[in-house]
Amino acid sequence: MNFIDLLKRIPEICKTPETLPLEGKKLILDFVTWLGSLVGIAVPPWVLTLVNILVVIVAIIAVFLIMFALMSVWERKILARAQNRYGPNRVGPWGLFQPVADGIKMLTKEDIVPRNADKVVHFIAPIVMLVPALILPVLLPYGRGMVAIDLSVGILFFFAVGAGSEVAIFLAGWSSRNKYSILGAMRAIAQMISYELPLVMSAVIVALVAGTLSPTGIVEAQGGYQFGFFPNWFVFTPWGFVACVLFYFSALAESNRSPFDLPEGESELVAGHLTEYSGFKYALFFMAEYVGMFAINGLLVTLFLGGYQAPLPFLTFIPSWCWFFIKLAFLAFSLVWVRATMPRFRIDQMMQFAWKFMLPMSFAALFSAAAWHYAGRGLLGWGISAVLVAIPYFALGYFCFTRHHSADNRRYLFSE
Amino acid sequence: MTEADGAGAQTLDVSLGPQHPSTHGVFRMNVRMDGETVVKLQPVFGYLHRNHEKLAEGKSWLGSMPFTDRLDYICPITNNWGYALAVEKLAGIEVPDRAEYIRVIVGEMTRIQNHTAFLGFILGDMGAWGSALMYAFREREKILDLFEGLTGARMMANYMRFGGVRCDLPAGWLEKARAYIETYPAFLDEMEKFLTGNEILLSRLQGVGVMSAERAINGGLSGPVLRASGVDYDIRKVDGYGVYPRLKFRVPRGTVGDCFDRFMLRILEIRESIQILQQAFAQIPQGPILNPAVKTRGFKPPVGEAYGRIEGPKGELGFHLVSDGGEKPYRYHIRPPSLINLTLLEEMCVGTKIADVMVILGSIDIVLGEVDR
Amino acid sequence: MQYLPVLLQVIVAIGFAAAALIFSVLLGKSGRRNPTKDSPYECGMLPIGGPQPRFAVKFYIVAMLFILFDLEVVFMYPWAVAFRDFSLKFGGSTILWSMISFIGIVTVGYAYAIKKGVLNWGRQDVEKSN
Repeated sequence: MNFIDLLKRIPEICKTPETLPLEGKKLILDFVTWLGSLVGIAVPPWVLTLVNILVVIVAIIAVFLIMFALMSVWERKILARAQNRYGPNRVGPWGLFQPVADGIKMLTKEDIVPRNADKVVHFIAPIVMLVPALILPVLLPYGRGMVAIDLSVGILFFFAVGAGSEVAIFLAGWSSRNKYSILGAMRAIAQMISYELPLVMSAVIVALVAGTLSPTGIVEAQGGYQFGFFPNWFVFTPWGFVACVLFYFSALAESNRSPFDLPEGESELVAGHLTEYSGFKYALFFMAEYVGMFAINGLLVTLFLGGYQAPLPFLTFIPSWCWFFIKLAFLAFSLVWVRATMPRFRIDQMMQFAWKFMLPMSFAALFSAAAWHYAGRGLLGWGISAVLVAIPYFALGYFCFTRHHSADNRRYLFSE
Repeated sequence: MTEADGAGAQTLDVSLGPQHPSTHGVFRMNVRMDGETVVKLQPVFGYLHRNHEKLAEGKSWLGSMPFTDRLDYICPITNNWGYALAVEKLAGIEVPDRAEYIRVIVGEMTRIQNHTAFLGFILGDMGAWGSALMYAFREREKILDLFEGLTGARMMANYMRFGGVRCDLPAGWLEKARAYIETYPAFLDEMEKFLTGNEILLSRLQGVGVMSAERAINGGLSGPVLRASGVDYDIRKVDGYGVYPRLKFRVPRGTVGDCFDRFMLRILEIRESIQILQQAFAQIPQGPILNPAVKTRGFKPPVGEAYGRIEGPKGELGFHLVSDGGEKPYRYHIRPPSLINLTLLEEMCVGTKIADVMVILGSIDIVLGEVDR
Repeated sequence: MQYLPVLLQVIVAIGFAAAALIFSVLLGKSGRRNPTKDSPYECGMLPIGGPQPRFAVKFYIVAMLFILFDLEVVFMYPWAVAFRDFSLKFGGSTILWSMISFIGIVTVGYAYAIKKGVLNWGRQDVEKSN
């Protein structure tokens, strides 16, 4: 084996995009072996294992950080378009280098820590926030055979790690000794733990049907096509649709996105738990929030939208890992769209929505899924489960939200 | 946050403002919160005090006309009008018909642009991140362009004179204004459809900050805030100043008196303003725009006092002027609608969530330039 | 051994975050500090009250409820994973009914919490406390 052979393999790899990432990884491992042979030693297998893991981890972190950078431009662009503006267009073509400029600005800013603040906690809070966010993406399957860590309890592990960001937000709010920070942190905790329940419950429903907690297994359970063209994704079943919508809202709330951006509610709490953060610490929070948002939406893709499966049989020529990112980009777009459209909830409405509507609905979806399973997972089950989720939906809407808001119930008098 | 004042250990005192994103300027509220609920609220203002009244007493009568632009800087032309009206009352000046019609046209256009901006501001207070604001400002900008064509300034118009207006309508201005006003209802319909069809907006506005008609009258409120509480009181009808008695329009009023009624009242008032504008465009006569008897230099009204008021977009804007027969006002006092409407803020806010405070403040529609003067 | 990648990931993530922070300390400006600059932000006013703001007991109640319900949900995970194989192997709906009875008990607690107004964040609670 020599270096020329390795180079020659690159065009070969590029011919089959489906396996490109996997083959690329193999190439790097071979390159390490070649380096070893260059200095005249056989590379021990544990080094290869280590390199194998590190290559994947670094690749995933790099991909997600690049996505974060692109998203920060993309989001501002979409928001601007939704608001009749241009958005960033000064730095580089179409403003694409805006994140570079932002990064340099953040890096060179002065870091101001309030006098009363708990300085150690204030310093570690952004790190505590970023670490769980960066662990989450490695658990997701990006394509056929492309999962960095294939844990059999992947979903549970995902939620367990994801809960770490709540601690970080509270650390940030508490250590700042600022009233807006502490209020924002309280709101964040109340909101995130309230929406954690429907989030976790809707994942239970999928685990129940798929019979596994491994993300890969769940994606495989959604493979194949009904009637030859209709994808077997869980979102296309009544219980799956309900669970998917619940998961989507919970994911919005978990990542503190509008209309659930109460913790940073700008018009009330200035910047919530981020009020006393400046410079790169602030940037780390921002980064963690976006990476966490991508990860949780990646989980949504995995659980309900068929992961890396193509939506129609004849579209399978597009590589599976592309499909994952296409779906993720679609979800990311929808998040920005919602942000450009919706006003913010009030805290009591937000809590009521979580506890009095989403939690009972998630239980209903659970039983609906069980009924679907018992009815033979066919059209009959489809009908029964549709009825089983429709009844609680209307009942909850009728009994829990009696004060129905409408613009039509208002009367306006006119005097000549 | 001391236990000594009997508030209990759970409450938290926060000062919202003066440097706060959504207090519409440098307004400050000392809020005592129990969790997220407001139990006490104390408005503090004066951060934008510019000594307007005393300054005017040191200037000639006409010299403080440009200052009135800076009162409620969202709608300067109606401020001009209020001041001009008070001086005309004091000196007994007649205003030519054409000037009165021009005043009605620019005044109602000011009302439209103020209420349009309001629709955007209140969405911003609810956290809608500028989408509605941008579209509202796009429309407002078109009206400001018309103002620029007429007065030379987008906002600081300095347009009224005692006994008329500063300059006649430029050639083609009326047609442009008419053409624009024709297109406006389409925008308003779209805006109303999108805003009042939004469940979050409805749940944030309905039942929040309810103000009874009795309290509203006792508090001296005026303008859309008063009419939202169901009181039929519009100075355009009550005083019938200008040529308003010749124009047909209705005065809308609400039935509940919450933030949603205040929000809807603005939309309904815009519709009525459009009616007024269309009539005024059709009726405007030819003629002089300024009473030639009024001296520009060395203007001296007779000894006496007068209170002139108009229905500004935000409420009753009154000027109380006392003349000692000199070149300067002896006493110059303003009744700003924003300030008086703010007095009941605490009553509306106590018991609501901290997020509601911003919405209630937004629904009153204040401009700090006018509150602090 | 299965979790070795996770450990490596944690190390890489901490390394990245710490390196970025240290880098920013090296590159960042260090202006002169003064008491006003170092005071916590309170809209330009001097902070009222003590250095550590307190917060309402309401939030503790939500946290406690969360812990209760989250534990229930954690109990559901093994059940959900076993559900499919169990029902296919043994048939019958025993496994479903067992979970329905469990959720029934949880629902009683949930109804009690709602009845007590724990989840009520509306305006009524203020009037009481006033």
